[in-house]
Amino acid sequence: MTTPMLEIKDLHATAGETLILKGIDLTIQPGEVHAVMGPNGSGKSTLANVLAGKPGYEIVSGSVRFEGRDLAGLAPEQRAREGIFLAFQYPVEIPGVSNMYFLKQAVNAVRAHRGIEELDAMEFLQLIREKMKLVEMSDALMQRSLNEGFSGGEKKRNEILQMALLDPKLAVLDETDSGLDIDALRVVADGVNALRGPTRSMLVITHYQRLLDHIVPDFVHVLSGGRIVKSGDKGLAIELEAKGYGWLQQAEGERSSSKAETAAG
Amino acid sequence: MSDVTPERHWSESFGAVATARVGEPAWLEAARKSAIARFVELGFPTRGHEEWKYTNPASIAKIAWAPAAAASVSRAALDALGLPLAEGPHLVFVNGRLAAELSSVAGLDPAVTLASHSQLLASEPDALETHLARTEPFDDRAFAALARAFASDGAYVRIPRDHDLERPIWLVFLSAPGAEPAASHPRFTVVAEASSRATICEVHATIGAGPHLGNTLSEFRVGENAQIDHVKLQLDGDGAIHLGHAAIHVARNARASSTLVTLGASTARHDIVALLDGPGAECVLDGLYVTRDGQHVDCRTTVDHRQPHGSSRELFKGVLSGKSRAIFNGRVIVRRDAQKTDAQQRNENLLLGVGAEVDSQPQLEIEADDVKCSHGSTIGQLDDDALFYLRARGIGEADAAALLTRAFAAQITERIASVALRERIEALVLERLFARELRG
Repeated sequence: MTTPMLEIKDLHATAGETLILKGIDLTIQPGEVHAVMGPNGSGKSTLANVLAGKPGYEIVSGSVRFEGRDLAGLAPEQRAREGIFLAFQYPVEIPGVSNMYFLKQAVNAVRAHRGIEELDAMEFLQLIREKMKLVEMSDALMQRSLNEGFSGGEKKRNEILQMALLDPKLAVLDETDSGLDIDALRVVADGVNALRGPTRSMLVITHYQRLLDHIVPDFVHVLSGGRIVKSGDKGLAIELEAKGYGWLQQAEGERSSSKAETAAG
Repeated sequence: MSDVTPERHWSESFGAVATARVGEPAWLEAARKSAIARFVELGFPTRGHEEWKYTNPASIAKIAWAPAAAASVSRAALDALGLPLAEGPHLVFVNGRLAAELSSVAGLDPAVTLASHSQLLASEPDALETHLARTEPFDDRAFAALARAFASDGAYVRIPRDHDLERPIWLVFLSAPGAEPAASHPRFTVVAEASSRATICEVHATIGAGPHLGNTLSEFRVGENAQIDHVKLQLDGDGAIHLGHAAIHVARNARASSTLVTLGASTARHDIVALLDGPGAECVLDGLYVTRDGQHVDCRTTVDHRQPHGSSRELFKGVLSGKSRAIFNGRVIVRRDAQKTDAQQRNENLLLGVGAEVDSQPQLEIEADDVKCSHGSTIGQLDDDALFYLRARGIGEADAAALLTRAFAAQITERIASVALRERIEALVLERLFARELRG
């Protein structure tokens, strides 16, 4: 039996003071692509932030294991070095830090941790040239301050470029498609698809089925009220697109109330 | 010094020094005497003075400072500061006196004057008279009066008309303190004649450790259509008190920029006065102050627009860590005749420590009615989202904080033309704040 890439069991987690995730169970095997869909406020981004270890997001109960190792107490940088990558929904603009310099620092931090020799300036340039093609990034964007003044599409392409450079085992894409026009979406999706492989798993969080036409998932989960209320294959995404989330929330509501009745009875 | 007032202490000290001093021209002796008299008249500042409300001069007053004795510093100790002195001619002073063995004027344009006061007084004693006898604009500052009374040596730089110097001129003031508290009072004057241009790099540093007071007085006279770019780097030791007075006179259509980087000393105080004396004069005042536990820094600037069509840009940025304190007081005066003035001032502070405290005090005094003036100040911490973003890419927490801090400071350091000096300053900032360097 292989160790799952990611194994989430009965995860309860807070964002700030508020309990957002209320019992998530999810297992992702190496090479699998899972999509998590759900309405606004269902906990999608909280799940992404909990996986990346963002301060302010706390696991209250349950567990998250990455390659069999408990993630609790692991700093964000340690998770990144171990191979978890979060593509941000809103990549942060950092004036005064050039994109190129940042990427080199990140790549070398990860390489040092993995016991691979750090890249010098020339080697790094070679590596980045190769990866830039993947997402059609221009040289000009490399010299600018990190994400500063980048368009929405440029920011998301920069995220995928970082993913390509850091070579993660588990990539979590948090609404990478939101705000992108169809051309930008295609570039980003092509980049992601090129990075699919038998040893890399992906968790694709999205609000729209459209993305899943381009990044075709092995499994689709619907998150609602902090729990996964339905799982299926890519057909589920198409069903959601046709019916919306309402029917699931309704079904969920009925389930909860029938539970309550059972308890009362 | 409980039984002696600071006024009496300094007067007596002056008397002792004056007896030992020989061969100075009569005008200089007279200027010194009138300066010490002025000091006594003004009295040692107290916290009651508005100017000294935030930096208590009592801690300076209570110490019986002796005049710093002549000392020597090795070439290795100077080199260890990591300054790119080879970039240009340099005069190095130790405890306020020229150290000829550490100085070099090789490659200096022969039309340019770069000499110590002691050298000039021996060769052409009258050249200095106008500059050393002048009391404006610090006539009412007690410490400036002390510097005029006590300065044992200093530098004089004159760039002749139409001369454009490619290489920076370095003025390095080293203190080599002993066990007893000692004071030195370096002075220097830079005269840029019409349509000339030069860069002046001024450095203050301590070699060794021990209590010392550096009380400096400098003057820049930027002639018509001339340009002076000045960088001041203060990296005195923990036992130091640094007091700096800089007056920048900017003539018609002239441009002056001054970038202050103040990192060292337990207490550092900088008084910078820019006087825009001619129409169309431009001035850029930048500052970066960095403090760590126990440090106190007080930056006071005055930009005085006296003629029309002048412009001033001022940006002071502070990074405070540990339990430390910083004060920025920026005064912008626009006189009635200074119509069409364009003045901007900003002060931005980054607090890295919970015990750090900053006072930001912009003051606009506008008498003209057709002007464009703005000011603003901010006090904040490192952005949590930015920190998390960097960490989520594998960059460690301390490295991420160092990177963001360097980016914050870069807005000032980027204005320094010398790449080697800029990199040295950035390295010093990170070393002091995070005890680390960032790899290329």
